Amino acid sequence: MRGRARLRRVGLPYLLLLPALLLELLVHLVPMVIGIVMSFKELTQLHIAHWGAAPWKALGNYRVTVDFDAPAGATLLHSFVVTCAFSVLTVGLCWLLGTAAAIFLQENFRGRGLLRAVFLTPYALPVYAAVITWAFLFQRDNGLVNHVLHDQLGLTGDRPFWLLGDNSFVALLVVSVWKTWPFAFLVVMAALQSIPKDLYEAAALDGAGLIRQIRRITLPSLRPINQVLLLVLFLWSFNDFNTPYVLFGKAAPEAADLLSIHIYQSSFVTWNFGTGSAMSVLLLLFLLVVTAGYLLATSRGRKSADA
Amino acid sequence: MRSPVARTPRPGGRRRSPTAPPRTFLWTRRIFLTALTGFVLLPVYVMFSSSLKPLEDVSGAFRWLPSELTVRPYLDIWHTVPLARYFLNSLIVAGSATVCSVLVAVFAAYAVSRYHFRGKRIFTVTVLSTQMFPGILFLLPLFLIYVNIGNTTGVALYGSRGGLVLTYLTFSLPFSLWMLTGYFASVPRELDEAAYVDGCGPLGALFRVVVPAALPGIIAVAVYAFMTAWGEVLFASVMTNDTTRTLSVGLQGYATQNDVYWNQVMAASLVVSVPVVAGFLLLQRYLVAGLTAGAVK
Repeated sequence: MRGRARLRRVGLPYLLLLPALLLELLVHLVPMVIGIVMSFKELTQLHIAHWGAAPWKALGNYRVTVDFDAPAGATLLHSFVVTCAFSVLTVGLCWLLGTAAAIFLQENFRGRGLLRAVFLTPYALPVYAAVITWAFLFQRDNGLVNHVLHDQLGLTGDRPFWLLGDNSFVALLVVSVWKTWPFAFLVVMAALQSIPKDLYEAAALDGAGLIRQIRRITLPSLRPINQVLLLVLFLWSFNDFNTPYVLFGKAAPEAADLLSIHIYQSSFVTWNFGTGSAMSVLLLLFLLVVTAGYLLATSRGRKSADA
Repeated sequence: MRSPVARTPRPGGRRRSPTAPPRTFLWTRRIFLTALTGFVLLPVYVMFSSSLKPLEDVSGAFRWLPSELTVRPYLDIWHTVPLARYFLNSLIVAGSATVCSVLVAVFAAYAVSRYHFRGKRIFTVTVLSTQMFPGILFLLPLFLIYVNIGNTTGVALYGSRGGLVLTYLTFSLPFSLWMLTGYFASVPRELDEAAYVDGCGPLGALFRVVVPAALPGIIAVAVYAFMTAWGEVLFASVMTNDTTRTLSVGLQGYATQNDVYWNQVMAASLVVSVPVVAGFLLLQRYLVAGLTAGAVK
C-alpha cells in the first residue's frame, strides 16, 4: 500500500508533464531531428514523396550553402547580413521606445490608462491585419506615406517605391518596430511596478533629480528583466517570417530578404528541401551559439555587479 | 497652465528637485507621448477611414478623408472571399488551441513549481529553448509527419483544423510555462496543505486552490495563446486547404487579385481585428498583473 502511494507520488509530476512532453516531441523535437536528417539528404522534387529513401548527400547540402562564391551561398550570406542588421535595429528601437514610454507612464496622470491601451493596440492587432494595412500605407501611387512625403511636403522628387528596392528595408523595419515595441513596453511596465516606491522617495529626499533617479534606481532595477527581454526580442525578430511574408508576398526584395523568408523561398520555389534544411540547421546553430554566449556573458556581468 | 500631474500623491519631492525641472520633464513627456500616439494610431486611422471609402478613393491618390462615406466595403467583404468560413475556422482553431494550451501549461507548471523530480531542469530548458527554433526548420518535417500519420493511421492532421490546433498549442507553451511556473510559485504552499487537510488530492488542490489564486496569470496566458493562434501565418499557409483556411491566409485573397480592393481589405482587417483587440484591451490588466507576479520574479 505504501509502495503504491510512493509510486504515485514519484510518478505524479511526470504524469502532469506528459501532455506537454508529447506535444513538444510531436511538434518540435521529432521534426527537428528529421530536419537535421533531411539536411544530409538529396531532397529534390524527385525524392520528396519518398523522403525516407532519398539518397544521402553527406555534407553536400552544407557545401552548397556556405560556398559564398557561388550564387546560392552569396545570397544566403547577404540575407544573413540583412537579418542581423534588421534584428539589432529592431531590438534597439523597440527597447528604447518601450522603456521610455513605460517610464513616462510610471507616474499617474489623467489619460494614462487610455494611453496605455492605445500603446498596446499594435501588439493586440493580428499580425496580418496590421501588416496589410502598412502595405497599403506604403503603396507607391495610392499610399499615405508617399502622399505625405511627396504630395504634401514635397520632400521627394519622385514618388519612391517602398516595397521594392532598397527602401524596403526601411519599410520592414518601421512595421516591425511598430508591431513589436508594445511588447517591450508591456514587460518594462510590469517590471516598473515591482520597484518599491520608497526608493524614489528616499532618493528625492536626498535631492536626487529625475534623471538621476532613473539612472540610479529605474535602470538598475530593470537589468534582470532586460536580460530576458532583449534576448526574446532578438530571437523573435531574427526568426520573423510573418511580417515580410505579408508585407512583400512570397518573394521579398533583396534589401529586406530575411533568413526565414529566404529559406522558405529557396525550399518551396526551387523544391530543394535538402539545402533548405541545411540552411535552417545552420540558422539554429547560430542562434544557439548567440543565445548561449549572451546568457553566459550577461549572467557573469550580473554576478560581478552583485559582488 | 497647471498640469494634472500636480495632483499626484508625491509631487513635492520632484517639484523641488533642482536637477530636473518638472516643466522640462512635463514637456518632454507631452511631446514624446503625442508623437508616439501618432505613430501608433496612424495605421489604425487609415484602416478605419479607408474601410468607409468608395473604391475610387483608394485606387487614386491617398485621401485623408473619404469623398463620401459608404458601408459598401463591409457588405462586399463577405462575397469577395468566403470570409465567414475563414472567420469560423480561425475561431475554432484559436479557441481550441487556447483551451488546450492553458490546460497543458497548468499541469506542467504545477509539476515544475510544486515537485522535485529528475529531469525537471532539462524539461524546462528544452521547452524554453523551442522559443528560439526557427519555424521554418520544422515546418516541412512536421508537414511530412502529419501526412505520414494520415497515411498510416487514417487520422487526417494535414489540412485539418486539428493539425493546426496541435501545432499552435506548442507555440504558446514556452511563454505559458514560464509565466505560470513563476505565478504558481508565488501562491503559498500552505494553501495546498490546507486543501490536503480538507481531503483533496493533488489535482483537487491544483484546481480548487492554486488555479483560483493564480487566475490573473491564467487569463494572461490564455490571452497570449489566443493571440498567437489568431495571428499565425507561416504554418497556416502550408497546413490548411480551401475548407480549413484561416483568416491569416484568407485575408490575402483580396490582395492577390489583379485589382486590389483596398477599401475591402481595410474593412476585412478591421472586422477580424475588433474581437481580438477588444478582448485584449479588456484583459490587458491581467497580462500586466500576470507579468508582474510571474515573469518578473
